Amino acid sequence: MTLISKSSFDEIERNIKRQAKTRAFYTIIFILSIVFIIILGVDVANERNAGSFSRGITKVFDFPLDIISDAFERGWGWYPLLLKYFPTLLSTVNMALFATLVGFFGAVIMSLLASRNLIKNKFIIQFTRRILDILRSFPEIIIATLLLYLMGQSILPAFFAIAIHTIGVLGKLFSEVIENIDEGPIEGLTSLGSSWPQKIIYGVFPQVFPHFVSYTMLRLEINVRSSTILGFVGAGGIGQALKLSIAWRFGDHVSAIMVLIIVTIVIIDRLSSLVRHRVIGLKI
Amino acid sequence: MLEIVNLTKNFGSLIAVSEANFSITKPQMIGIIGRSGAGKSSLLRMINRLLDATSGEIIHSGINIRNLKGKGKRKWQKECAMIFQQFNLVPRLNVLTNVLLGGLNQQPLIRSLLSIFTQEERNKALKILDRFGIVETALQRAETLSGGQQQRVAICRALMQSPKMILADEPIASLDPLNAKLVMEALRNIHTQEKITVVCNLHTLDTAKKYCDRIIGMKAGKIVFDDAPLKLTQSKTKHIYGADEDDDFNSSVTSTSLG
Repeated sequence: MTLISKSSFDEIERNIKRQAKTRAFYTIIFILSIVFIIILGVDVANERNAGSFSRGITKVFDFPLDIISDAFERGWGWYPLLLKYFPTLLSTVNMALFATLVGFFGAVIMSLLASRNLIKNKFIIQFTRRILDILRSFPEIIIATLLLYLMGQSILPAFFAIAIHTIGVLGKLFSEVIENIDEGPIEGLTSLGSSWPQKIIYGVFPQVFPHFVSYTMLRLEINVRSSTILGFVGAGGIGQALKLSIAWRFGDHVSAIMVLIIVTIVIIDRLSSLVRHRVIGLKI
Repeated sequence: MLEIVNLTKNFGSLIAVSEANFSITKPQMIGIIGRSGAGKSSLLRMINRLLDATSGEIIHSGINIRNLKGKGKRKWQKECAMIFQQFNLVPRLNVLTNVLLGGLNQQPLIRSLLSIFTQEERNKALKILDRFGIVETALQRAETLSGGQQQRVAICRALMQSPKMILADEPIASLDPLNAKLVMEALRNIHTQEKITVVCNLHTLDTAKKYCDRIIGMKAGKIVFDDAPLKLTQSKTKHIYGADEDDDFNSSVTSTSLG
């Protein structure tokens, strides 16, 4: 063992200080350039837009105030609006539920083919993974816009868009869960002469099922939100109703729809965390 | 019955098992001893076909096991049951189902995919569990059992396969002395009752001497001893374990006996 001599210790000390200085210099440059870019952006926006940024910022709360005052003016007549938009809410939630279900089964199949510990053929794994990458890489709204153009305005394009994206996302997550399982049970099943499907059913599924359910519930939450947003591009459901109400500046309708959406999302959120905790609780 | 001829396994440049030769002509209880990394585990895994041999032959009743594929290979695996150090049960399934899994190979695929087991199969599994004194745990999850109980469940699963031979890879290495004794007695009991060959990897000498009719000693992938336990002298033991001649080597150091 050699101890660091006094002179080399000083050398290291000097190096540390010099590095700290350089880093501070770069940080300042970085911050300055960000500030510059923001100022430039505001400036460009000022030139292009009708109003200026400084005058516009005071009007940010005008529309929300309109919505609330409209709702109050409506009085008791506001509550029937909730009932009026309830069917559109149902179709949005339905779309999300069905798309999540289809996505789940698609993802289970794809994830089995994308897991290194289940498939020995590297070509199949790479092929499946690239397909999952492609399915995942397009946001739902892009797939939906494209399909709406091809299939016409209905709820189906949104369903396909969400299902496709869900297969991509869940497939990737599922295959990661599968690759992390304990290999012992699979080895045990191999040693007693079981076939590949039998190994999947008894060795893999019991281990991964709680994780699968947990991820799927999380995805369901996200999909309800997505299917609302897809209404904006014409996929029907409550999203489309919201878009129309906003366009016509019907503040009472907008507020009713927003209450419905918020309540639904809260309910689904609570439900999914309940199910997830129940399933995870089983593991202990 | 079973003949191993020049069986070799390489992992890259590492030679795990080097030209192993031995044959089993009548049902025996065989203990394989040796240091960690001597190739005991690889040898057993090659016999079960969990691991593919690099060269050599495994011949059972005139069939070369090494050439079996697909269905034939799975049929052989069913006949030569395997027991593991870490039990390799499915932790989230109950004990009864874990034992029933031993019969997967004889089941039609559709039935096993739907998890349908016949009354007959269930009765057989319960009888086996009863024989090893763990029938009352039948509906518990395997993961809630103690190590010793789990290993006995694994033995039950092996018996459910109606095997012609049982290979046990360090069956007692992760168990306490009392459970180790129970498990070894269970294996001995299977050998005497079912009259089938049981091959055990052990790293405790006294266990091997106590329970086995024949001991195979391995050192650095080679079989260096193959005879009755009584022939295993102090100097031969030292050779197998690679202890220096002047080291005082005492088998009771690794002893698991209670008395």
